[in-house]
Amino acid sequence: MASSAAFRICPTTGLKVNLAAEKLIKANAVAAIVFLAIGGLFGLLVALTRWPAVHFLPADWFYLALTAHGLDVLIVWIIFFEMAVLYFASSVLLNCRLAGPRWAWAGFVLMLVGAVTTNVAVLQGQSSVMFTSYVPMMAQPPFYLGIILFAVGALIGCFVFFGTLVVAKQEKTYEGSIPLVTFGAMTAAIIAVFTIASGAIILIPTLLWSLGLVSYIDPLLYKTIWWGMGHSSQQINVSAHVAVWYAIAAMVFGAKPLSEKVSRMAFLMYILFLQIASAHHMLVEPGFSSEWKIFNTSYAMYLAVLGSMVHGMTVPGSIEAAQRSRGLTKGLFEWLRKAPWSNPAFSGMFMSLVFFGFIGGISGVVMGTEQINLIMHNTLYVPGHFHGTVVAGTTLAFMAITYLLVPLIFRRELKFRKLAQWQPYVFGVGAAGISLFMMGAGTLGVSRRHWDMTFADAQLPFDYPSAAFLMMGLNGIAAVLATLGGIMFVVIVVGSVFFGRKLGENEKPSYPEVPPSAVAVAHYGSSQSLRIPGTAMLVGVFFIAFVLYYFVNWKYLSEVWPLS
Amino acid sequence: MAITPPSERVWWKEPIAKVELVWILIAFVWGLIMFFMMIYWHGAGEQNLSNEAYKITPVRFSQRAQAMIDQYTVRQEGIYPVVHPPPGSDVYLIARLWQWWPILELEKDQTYRLHLSSMDWQHGFSLQPVNINVQVHPGYDMVVTIKPDQAGEYGVVCNEFCGIGHHNMVGKIYVVE
Ligand code: HEM
Ligand SMILES: [Cu+2]
Ligand SMILES: [Cu+2]
Repeated sequence: MASSAAFRICPTTGLKVNLAAEKLIKANAVAAIVFLAIGGLFGLLVALTRWPAVHFLPADWFYLALTAHGLDVLIVWIIFFEMAVLYFASSVLLNCRLAGPRWAWAGFVLMLVGAVTTNVAVLQGQSSVMFTSYVPMMAQPPFYLGIILFAVGALIGCFVFFGTLVVAKQEKTYEGSIPLVTFGAMTAAIIAVFTIASGAIILIPTLLWSLGLVSYIDPLLYKTIWWGMGHSSQQINVSAHVAVWYAIAAMVFGAKPLSEKVSRMAFLMYILFLQIASAHHMLVEPGFSSEWKIFNTSYAMYLAVLGSMVHGMTVPGSIEAAQRSRGLTKGLFEWLRKAPWSNPAFSGMFMSLVFFGFIGGISGVVMGTEQINLIMHNTLYVPGHFHGTVVAGTTLAFMAITYLLVPLIFRRELKFRKLAQWQPYVFGVGAAGISLFMMGAGTLGVSRRHWDMTFADAQLPFDYPSAAFLMMGLNGIAAVLATLGGIMFVVIVVGSVFFGRKLGENEKPSYPEVPPSAVAVAHYGSSQSLRIPGTAMLVGVFFIAFVLYYFVNWKYLSEVWPLS
Repeated sequence: MAITPPSERVWWKEPIAKVELVWILIAFVWGLIMFFMMIYWHGAGEQNLSNEAYKITPVRFSQRAQAMIDQYTVRQEGIYPVVHPPPGSDVYLIARLWQWWPILELEKDQTYRLHLSSMDWQHGFSLQPVNINVQVHPGYDMVVTIKPDQAGEYGVVCNEFCGIGHHNMVGKIYVVE
């Protein structure tokens, strides 16, 4: 197979780019962005409906749109993009041919067929069961079938990734150890295998049940195993977007990890302390002991959280170290002030880091605390939290690296540069807004997945406080902003990929600016010379916010009816 | 760089900078604190789930609820019986498409063993404006011992999606002096 081993040399990075891998990266990225566009529009419809003054969709369409939104963005968009990240981090970064490109294409087709199947099932209207599809509520068989096909396709992609690592090692296409970014991607792929196994264990019987071949599925058991997939897949997202943070820091600043050892250990913690049973989704379900819940949410010391907190320092720290070694040493923050804020790859990445930590991270740990979950479970606080993680965090990070992929992989000059400069801010502020306002509404008790917060047609009346209505109005406005940012992104990328000027064979893209990357500026491991006071300060602020917010919520909890 | 193999071949032997070590230590200790906080609250806090739960069929559960309704109904509100069970007793609240049945009337500062179960799909018991939220499953009887500490009228919103009538599923609990 001569064609699958053909390469070109990247004029910017000097990497050998395997053409087969390049095609697959493009296909997966394009599919991802198509589903982001579809799913994002469903998100807008949902948010407009939850805006009391607008109340856009009728009830049945609202639940349908919410099901489609969850599926298309959380599952289809993110996992397609992760496939692109896996192929990039293995084949491209290791200068290696892709193992089994035909398999990779087969996986891609399965994923596409699966995604379309499930979408069609949802749009037909008999499968508005939310993407979690809790039994005993039943969807049409194609709904489950599509998800299973999609998962099998993704599994194939993971094995192609592992295969490529093996090939690279055998063919000695790199020296020493694999790069940190590849290591992070490997973490994601390992977790993905575990995740998909859990998914198969629960979704295959559920498919049979919907076909009438299995008579009963225990709802509690379903939920426990389903979240074995649902939660761990969030750990895939975290591993993948942290790898993307490191990649952008390297490509934009030539930044070097402060310590390979620390960063790799932090990735390893995601694998080792993956919550096997995903207990934090089961904190207020019947029949689990507190010992089980406490142990499984924390593994006694929150070591996966520790992993993220470490990355939260080492990523900005490596940028600071790189900037300081370039002479930006004034005060605490000259390195940050003079960072390329108009480069969307950097601004998107840095906002992703900040929002993921401050909004998604803190709220997640607080909400996952055994007793505090009582005052948050299934309120809008939950979607508020995860729009902080997967939208302001993962999605923004993936958008940011797309600005580098367009010139480097699609080999097109980026169009609409002014728009691109603003896009991360519009999307980032909108995404942070929907996260915070939904969290606010949830704190006031508003239910998630709920069409009418006025309860106009209910047999018994109930009124949420007026502040909750205000929150949902603000959420609507933020949603419009986020959607605008999303549309800008799609326009820029689609415009550039299809209509941007083709870059010549040896031409370096002029935008976004990527400095000569070979200058490894920070010298890691040099425990004497490393100075990152600005990062230390940022991390300190983060820590104080975390501690305060954590205890404020214990205070809230202490004010509700005593329970035992 | 993070996109190239580590330049120091034996990177695992490189020393770790002090700031990193300090942060790892702080984060680790904080994790321990958060872990012990949950345990501490089981002793010192007043809001904990008993985790008492039984397997039960919907029929059995609704029989028990009906027995309570027959014995302690004090008045009718539209189609809903208002039930005033004695303090300390076992109280049943049925979740079904799309009602919380019946209306309960409880006394302030008294404890009750509240039983929750669903007749059909999953539902979410969301007591408002207190904001206590518990998942309700079919086939499981979950017992929560509650002690209302303020008189008033409370809503029970369903906060687990349960089909097209989900947003109409509202119940009521009175707490009287
Ligand atoms: C234009 C951007 C977006 C807007 C305006 C938006 C808005 C919303 C709103 C209002 C909800 C409904 C909350 C509820 O009623 O329970 C929701 C749910 C959700 N969103 Fe988004 N969202 C956006 C982007 C995303 C993205 C990019 C992702 C994933 C990467 C995402 C993942 C989810 C998920 C998983 C749910 C939960 C669905 C469910 O409860 O079944 N959203 N979103
Ligand atoms: Cu319900
Ligand atoms: Cu409901």
